[in-house]
Amino acid sequence: MRTPTVKEILRSISAGETRARDWVEHSLRAIREVDGRLKAFLLVDEEQALAAADRIDRAKMYQNAPLRGVPYAAKDNIVTRGVRTTAASRILENYIPPYNATVIDKLQQAAAVMVGKTNMDEFAMGSSTETSAFQKTANPYGEDRVPGGSSGGSAAAVAAGLVPFALGSDTGGSIRQPAAFTGCFGMKPTYGRVSRYGLIAFASSLDQIGPFTRTAEDAALVLNAICGHDPLDSTSSRQPVPNFADGIDRGVKGVRVGIVRHLPEEGLEPGVKAAVHRAIQQLEAEGAEIVEIELPHMEYAVATYYLIAPAEASSNLARYDGVRYGRRAEASSLLEMYERSRSEGFGMEVKRRIIIGTYALSSGYYDAYYKRAQQMRTLIRQDYERAFEACDVIVMPTAPTTAFKLGEKLDNPLQMYLNDIYTIPANLAGLPGASVPCGFADGLPVGLQLIGRPFDEATILRVAHAYEQVRDFAWPKPVLGVAE
Amino acid sequence: MKITDETVSHVAKLARLWLHPQELSQLVPQLNDILEYAAKLQSVSLDGVEPTSHPFHEVNVVRSDVPRESLSREEALRNAPDQDQGMVRVPAVLEGGGGA
Amino acid sequence: MNYETIIGLEVHVELKTDTKIFCGCRNDSKSEPNTNVCPVCLGHPGTLPVLNERALELAVKAALALHCKINQKSKFDRKNYFYPDLPKGYQISQYDKPIGEHGYIEIEVNGETKRIGITRLHLEEDAGKSMHAADGSHTLVDYNRTGVPLIEIVSEPDIRSPEEARLYLEALKSIMEYCDVSDCKMEEGSLRCDANISLRPVGQTAFGNKVELKNMNSFRFVQRALEYEVERQRERYESGEPVIQETRRFDEATQTTVSMRTKEEAHDYRYFPEPDLVDLDIDDAWLERIRAALPELPSAKRSRYVNELGLPPYDAGVLTSDPKMAAYYEAVIAAGADAKQASNWVMSDVSGALNGEGKTFAECPIPPEHLAGLIGEIASGKISSKQAREVFKLMWETGKSAAEIIKEKGFEQVSDPAQLQPIIDEVVANNPKSVADYKGGKERALAALVGQVMKATRGKANPTLVNEMLIEKIKSL
Repeated sequence: MRTPTVKEILRSISAGETRARDWVEHSLRAIREVDGRLKAFLLVDEEQALAAADRIDRAKMYQNAPLRGVPYAAKDNIVTRGVRTTAASRILENYIPPYNATVIDKLQQAAAVMVGKTNMDEFAMGSSTETSAFQKTANPYGEDRVPGGSSGGSAAAVAAGLVPFALGSDTGGSIRQPAAFTGCFGMKPTYGRVSRYGLIAFASSLDQIGPFTRTAEDAALVLNAICGHDPLDSTSSRQPVPNFADGIDRGVKGVRVGIVRHLPEEGLEPGVKAAVHRAIQQLEAEGAEIVEIELPHMEYAVATYYLIAPAEASSNLARYDGVRYGRRAEASSLLEMYERSRSEGFGMEVKRRIIIGTYALSSGYYDAYYKRAQQMRTLIRQDYERAFEACDVIVMPTAPTTAFKLGEKLDNPLQMYLNDIYTIPANLAGLPGASVPCGFADGLPVGLQLIGRPFDEATILRVAHAYEQVRDFAWPKPVLGVAE
Repeated sequence: MKITDETVSHVAKLARLWLHPQELSQLVPQLNDILEYAAKLQSVSLDGVEPTSHPFHEVNVVRSDVPRESLSREEALRNAPDQDQGMVRVPAVLEGGGGA
Repeated sequence: MNYETIIGLEVHVELKTDTKIFCGCRNDSKSEPNTNVCPVCLGHPGTLPVLNERALELAVKAALALHCKINQKSKFDRKNYFYPDLPKGYQISQYDKPIGEHGYIEIEVNGETKRIGITRLHLEEDAGKSMHAADGSHTLVDYNRTGVPLIEIVSEPDIRSPEEARLYLEALKSIMEYCDVSDCKMEEGSLRCDANISLRPVGQTAFGNKVELKNMNSFRFVQRALEYEVERQRERYESGEPVIQETRRFDEATQTTVSMRTKEEAHDYRYFPEPDLVDLDIDDAWLERIRAALPELPSAKRSRYVNELGLPPYDAGVLTSDPKMAAYYEAVIAAGADAKQASNWVMSDVSGALNGEGKTFAECPIPPEHLAGLIGEIASGKISSKQAREVFKLMWETGKSAAEIIKEKGFEQVSDPAQLQPIIDEVVANNPKSVADYKGGKERALAALVGQVMKATRGKANPTLVNEMLIEKIKSL
């Protein structure tokens, strides 16, 4: 069976041709078939998923639910009541949350069915999903390639056709980059669009939950269900939420698409550059107006990010102390308990970032590092404000490279960080961004990134949808997966 | 400014991380690389620029003083590695420490 | 050499809200351990704080009452440190933009008003409670108190003696009670105090090494600990030994301070703006609404009692020290009682009876109008002061009004000469010796005769009238 889209599943169920149970079974079967090698899932709860599907099929109240019967996967940093949630860390190996993240409740109300929790970089710190304490996820388009990260499990699960959509989180590109690496659509909504309540925090002022789907239209359907103000998240926005599917097919005629003059191109692979260039040409051919914009402080984004994010993380991860939950090491004194629990519980990348962040906040260095980074953040934000006076959406590559080989960049953290150069600025500025597949280079997917004005996800979706209708590259079959 | 083994050890202590000597020797040059890269920010004039700590400026998000249901004690302690008499048990806290 | 004592106080006050500062758990740390807790105040992964509006308003109210300048643009910061009773590994507090700054409290020292500066007042969350095993083997933690809203009030080093410290605390407590922001029960921990104290030779401007004092669980202990510390530091200076900058704990058993001798590393709290909460911007209208809700504060009340009600300053001070007492007193005079008479009754009889039963003025079994009624009965001469004490006792026990009791128990004073004359005649006739003694110049003999009349009337005769009538009768013999 060809892997269907969210839209197709909804049509089929509402036409009475299929039931929720059929699609959940389909997902579970695909997972059983493929995930032994793909390793996208950390946990699959067949029983609970089937029970939920049956409930949805039986109860009348779900008849008009917006995602009725659609199976999905959630990144393992999104907490699920009664279902083990680890953030791919040893320190939370056996953690059973006493509550649901707001997005999980919202998807439950929308009658979507969660089939499992996906692998990720430990605490979302990484760009390859290799820092997971439990397993390494493969890229569906090359078993020896990373799926990107940190939401690599969710990206791989959607790309391989195991689920029609999955939730990820994006702090510096953790949805868009894996979407680009695996050939699916991934979107980080505007900061504040989706409640962070129940998202295990990495960097609170940057984190945002978003969907992986196969199409922009599917993303619109998922966003309709998960966006909106949440009284449990003080930073969640009160901006009205439009129906994102409305007007998605209005085309790009007259839309001003910004391209960055002097885009930093260090390490940009020719194959990626070519695919992105071709996509821009196609948008222009469809009637978009291409305008050049400047983002003068973009070159400082990575440095800014790698001070702010670890600083916030060093504080956010202080709660993992072995006292109330999580891993506790045997120890004779309290100090020893803290130090050993945290040293055994955290992996190297997490320790590295805790140390950087603690250093950046410690007395004597705060002004030189953290405060300067916060000031630079202001300039980066202002760059975008100015750019959006001239254009409606900005396009650039999602990542400078295609999926790299497993293990290739693990020994050089700075190189790994520099891979995030195109995705990080949107997080610093809080802007919505998406990655849409725009071609293949040497058999590996390439993503086109679209960045929009605050709370203007709609324009991104509209441009991405228009592009999806005209893209004409050859789409190879994944090596791992049930997708077509 | 180079950071040394001592600085990293001190910071690790603040963060309650015990580092294996091997980890320490691996971390020090990596952190120096990263901080050297971050020194880019030192070259820009940022005088008078307001720091951003939230992407969007919103103010006064509050809730009303109305109780919500708490967890049962069983749920509250379910994940605790050690407990006694309805409380979480930890190795003895030495006199001192603490804040407020 | 003479030394000057320099004291600064840091006071934590728990705010009287229904729920915690950042979650909907009940603000009640005295329930069974770990029953008023939720994922937010237990610091579970993924949880987020949302500010309790009431806590913010109470903090602003307290800051206004302490004459602070309000930072209308304020924010929260994280104070990072590890402790088992601090679930998130950081405390949400305020660093560089506290709710209030530059305030003061006035105290009366030797009949003069002295102003003690308040450096800052900020809002923060409380930590849990740690119970340390007696054998030092382990610690048990109860999180009911985590997230209880607190204000921290830091004084300037303006306090010059342990007694001033106590007066400052009493004044602070009274202001907090007036604003109804806190219960201020030090024994229950809803008001906690740490002190910094140093000595310096009179005339020297530089401060001496300061000692931080902790674990003082009553105002008396604060004063006692500071007194001990003044002596200890003076002795050290006089014997040429330096005073070490350190934290010392008050030991109730020995009434001394003991070094805590912690080899703790220097604190580095790594404060940074709390990204999970948005900034505060208290606009003028909001601020004015809170200001308008401020009650009359003790100092203003005190001077009004003296200037408008004509009370002695002592009475005014006692009556205004407790807002419930002041409210009761004001209700008594509002019901028509004489200000000074009411003050006497409230300060002595009512207060004494309440203390005896461990009750507050809010729980007084005699409604203020009833007390005013009783005072009225005395003023009109219907009952004597002596009878009034008995009527008061019955009012306390039964909750009835003075008039009802006087009527029921026949307490009415007999002031009718026609009714008293036969009794006077009889007493004079039956006590010739006393009559002769009185005539012979023994004034005291009259008292014995009055006593006889009172006895015959079962205490109901108007003693002044009896006095007059007896003298009249003896003269006429």
